[in-house]
Amino acid sequence: MAIIHVDGQEYEVNGAHNLLQACLSLGLDIPYFCWHPAMGSVGACRQCAVRQYRDADDDKGMLVMSCMAPATDQTRISISDEEAQRFRASVVEWLMINHPHDCPVCEEGGHCHLQDVTVMTGHDRRRYRYRKRTRRNQYLGPFLAHEMNRCITCYRCVRFYNDYAGGTDLGVSGARDNLYFGRYEDGILESPFAGNLSEVCPTGVFTDQSHSDHYTRKWDLQFAPGICQHCSLGCNISPGERYGTIRRIENRYHGEVNGHFLCDRGRFGYGHVNRDDRPLVPLWRDQPDQPPISLDVNDALNRLTNALRHTRRIIGIGSPRASLESNHQLQALVGAENFSTGIDAGELSCLALMEKLQQTGGLATPTPRQIEQHDAILVLGEDPVQSAGRLGLHLRQAALARREILGGTIGVAAWNAEALKTLGQDKFHPLHIAWPAPTDLDDVAAGRYPLGPDGIAQLGFAVAHAIDPAAPAVPQLSSELHEIALRIADDLMGAERPLVISGGSLASRAVLQAAGSIAQALSRRAKAGGLLFIRREANSTGLGLMGGHSLNWALDELAKGHADGVIVLENDLYQRAHAARVDEALARAAVQVVLDHQSTDTTAKATFVLPAASFAEGSGTLVNLEGRAQRFFQVYDPTYMRPEARIHESWHWLHVIAARLRDEPATDINLDTVTQACANANPALAGIVEVAPGADYRIEGLRLAREPHRYSGRTAMGAHMTVSEPRPAQDRNTPFAFSMEGYSSFHRPRQQVPFAWAPGWNSPQAWNKFTDEINGHLKGGDPGVRLIYRTPKHRDYREPVSDPIPNGDGLRALILPRLFGGEELSARAHPIQQRITPPVLILHHRDGEDLGVSPGDQVLVNDYPASLTVQEQDDWPRGWTGLPAGLFPGLAVGDVIAVRLAQGGGA
Amino acid sequence: MTDSIDTTRIISSDRFELHPADETAIVRELDHYEQPQAATIEALKIVQRRYGWIPDGTIPAIARVLGIGPAAVEGVATFYSLLFRQPVGRHVILICDSSSCFLTGFDELKAALVQQLGIDYGETTQDRRFTLLPVCCLGACDGAPAMMIDDDTYGPVRPEDLDTLLEGYP
Ligand code: SF4
Ligand code: SF4
Ligand code: FES
Ligand code: FES
Repeated sequence: MAIIHVDGQEYEVNGAHNLLQACLSLGLDIPYFCWHPAMGSVGACRQCAVRQYRDADDDKGMLVMSCMAPATDQTRISISDEEAQRFRASVVEWLMINHPHDCPVCEEGGHCHLQDVTVMTGHDRRRYRYRKRTRRNQYLGPFLAHEMNRCITCYRCVRFYNDYAGGTDLGVSGARDNLYFGRYEDGILESPFAGNLSEVCPTGVFTDQSHSDHYTRKWDLQFAPGICQHCSLGCNISPGERYGTIRRIENRYHGEVNGHFLCDRGRFGYGHVNRDDRPLVPLWRDQPDQPPISLDVNDALNRLTNALRHTRRIIGIGSPRASLESNHQLQALVGAENFSTGIDAGELSCLALMEKLQQTGGLATPTPRQIEQHDAILVLGEDPVQSAGRLGLHLRQAALARREILGGTIGVAAWNAEALKTLGQDKFHPLHIAWPAPTDLDDVAAGRYPLGPDGIAQLGFAVAHAIDPAAPAVPQLSSELHEIALRIADDLMGAERPLVISGGSLASRAVLQAAGSIAQALSRRAKAGGLLFIRREANSTGLGLMGGHSLNWALDELAKGHADGVIVLENDLYQRAHAARVDEALARAAVQVVLDHQSTDTTAKATFVLPAASFAEGSGTLVNLEGRAQRFFQVYDPTYMRPEARIHESWHWLHVIAARLRDEPATDINLDTVTQACANANPALAGIVEVAPGADYRIEGLRLAREPHRYSGRTAMGAHMTVSEPRPAQDRNTPFAFSMEGYSSFHRPRQQVPFAWAPGWNSPQAWNKFTDEINGHLKGGDPGVRLIYRTPKHRDYREPVSDPIPNGDGLRALILPRLFGGEELSARAHPIQQRITPPVLILHHRDGEDLGVSPGDQVLVNDYPASLTVQEQDDWPRGWTGLPAGLFPGLAVGDVIAVRLAQGGGA
Repeated sequence: MTDSIDTTRIISSDRFELHPADETAIVRELDHYEQPQAATIEALKIVQRRYGWIPDGTIPAIARVLGIGPAAVEGVATFYSLLFRQPVGRHVILICDSSSCFLTGFDELKAALVQQLGIDYGETTQDRRFTLLPVCCLGACDGAPAMMIDDDTYGPVRPEDLDTLLEGYP
């Protein structure tokens, strides 16, 4: 803590901060550009000048850059000093010399940091009357638009893209006042975090291309606090809606999960909400192969309940991409004994194991942000960037944090980014990755070990043994693996806070056990550290906690004729099991009810399809990989712009169906009551009630506004349907209003912020007003409640285990997660589809020879339709083939596969 | 069910093959430095020696040899004024416009050069013989006004010296 004096006022601040950070944390405004809360200072833009005095007697002082000056005790500065003010106004004026002044057509306008600072400094007259230089813009792929003329040369883009996120294809060229920020040539930005440039760039140089395709100003968007639905990390998002479609996804600051950044799958994967092939009204099919008939709600419910009444037994298949509430309502309707989680048996058993190891593994589960504070990391059998996007960025920061330690030894502050970069060069905290294919973290890794799941498990058990001799040794360990294990063990033991990361990508219980053994060994050697498991989908952890049968069980029951009715909740079974297997099971069910917000192969044959709400039209709770339950809230009412739509949350549909089946009138429910019911029914989920405030929550007597106060056009936006303005939709489920009326300020601490805005701050920089200190927590506390706790008790080691070897000889499948195309919902979004790379099959060249295929050949696997290009990798583990996720439903890791040439030729 | 998948649009320069001798020379340079990016300038100079300038396609090729990103190479290649990103003439004339030369006849010298060659700064004669560029202090102030043709420095140079001087660079 330090005392600083700002314009004669005394304040207590964090002495480890710089003055800019300290003043912003106090809520004081200093204009700035190049400093970024997550990326520190470089002093490039000269915008943040203040006058600093030597001591109380100094009345002259001098101008300093507040971002480059430490907030040491007894620092005296003036922000309002007249010369400092004039200096800041001049800086904006210079930076704007070549700016096209095209705000009216600029898509940054309305949430632009440059606009904010220009207004803040009072630069409102253009004096420069000469030629401006103009730039050619680049094609950068489907995610970002490029308009270089708006650049103010703050260097934030390259610092984020290269220094923070490890990209190599974006840079700055030129010198002096002749700089160009772009790729070395036109082409798709390669980094999976490129989308963050739309928020990192303080101007309209990099803007969201997907937003551009249906542009609406930020102040005309309606927002709600959302949770990303596209992996198990659970990043907090602000989806923005206009005219009944989602227009963009903005980062929603969360101090423990995503901080300031998202991955591109999460930012650009929202297109599934806007697809025009979504079911909008209930559909009914008399025969499976007939075209569906649209029904009104009552008729549909009557027919549906009648049909279900005539069944002997109904199986409910839930979904790890649906909310806890909806899954619970299904479970309640069919009974726990008839409820399946909709998750493959192998994955389900891994989920249970991960949950158990989280409780008993001996090490705590860090929050994603806490990952950055670990100083030695072992990733055992995961490719974090591909399986949990944003998490890769956390891991990279952990490796880079070595710089801060080095800086600390010679007195370079943690915010002094360029100095630390120069100091650190390629010195990183040790990061070891056991994974067969190259990963996006290899450039900061101490080593990557290209092993198959069996080898990875062996390595893991060997590391545990090397850390704690009491852990069983691995029989017949190769000397090479032994060496590697010693190195990893040394690094983990040499660290203050080691971290072990594993997960479900390899669907290997042995790998998970091995990760657990390492954690156990570390904790027995009295190491404080972390253990984190990556799951596959947004609510995999939640469904694991809720429990239920596997999908395999459900399909078996149906196929055997043990049930003749099935209700499928937001789940495309054809994405999870082999088509023939699903066909066989569904064919035996006389009544198939499918609730979904997408048209899928499963809805294509169902007797009844009920249009479910996506995360944008409904609310619910998801549990992320930490075990943090988080609520997402409805963004808009789908009937407001499309009165014909009959979209409802699945939990609502299921509640009404259940009542009708009981011949009772449906009771009144809302989100709070269904959340409560879910918590009551599942002790493991008891905490979810506390996750977010209920529908009666008010601040200063007000609901929370979903729309910025400048929201315009509401009276006219339905004028093509009726000239009188309809009543705004009413919200019975949440404390938010479908309106600009309501609380939207930052003064009262709150957790649930639909959009960040503060007077003077229209850009995402406004988040600094909502946090307790820069980069800290939301003033109201970071949202979410942990449901999984560690039980402090040592358990005994398990003998090294290996996964069962499947029958048959031949190459075995290894499914590689992929950020683009490896997840069902985002793969339905157009921009993501454009980023899906052609699928490849990876193998060792010797296995290729045995098989008679060579690189470049097109091959098919078993009876799956996808054709893959053969690719050889020198150090690929023998006996395994790498296949891209999302193309082989029902194929499990370890399965023996048949590979043949695509054009008739046998192999 | 899903939208048709667009073919990914990648615009990429033709794969440029560096001259094997240049590649070897660059690899040798790598030995001199701890960090591969430190060898970037030398690598670019090697390429410029071969072609007279640095063609766009060489950027990713150099990056591949150095094992760094192409953007980093492009950043260096565009930063230094004596690394040429456009074709230049057979001979490059650098005329000093810094203080000593400015005081001692730079103006006349430049005017004469422009008149004689028919080109201004940044231009190349039609016969591709000369390219004219300004340069900042050649460190030859004692012989101001000074200029440099290729690797040779001259000064003091009077407008009337130019004829003979230029003849030495066919
Ligand atoms: S493109 Fe944007 S982020 Fe990059 S230097 Fe220019 S203004 Fe700054
Ligand atoms: S896909 Fe995962 S990592 Fe990416 S934004 Fe969504 S939750 Fe975060
Ligand atoms: S923010 Fe301080 S110099 Fe740019
Ligand atoms: S000023 Fe021309 S050589 Fe020094």
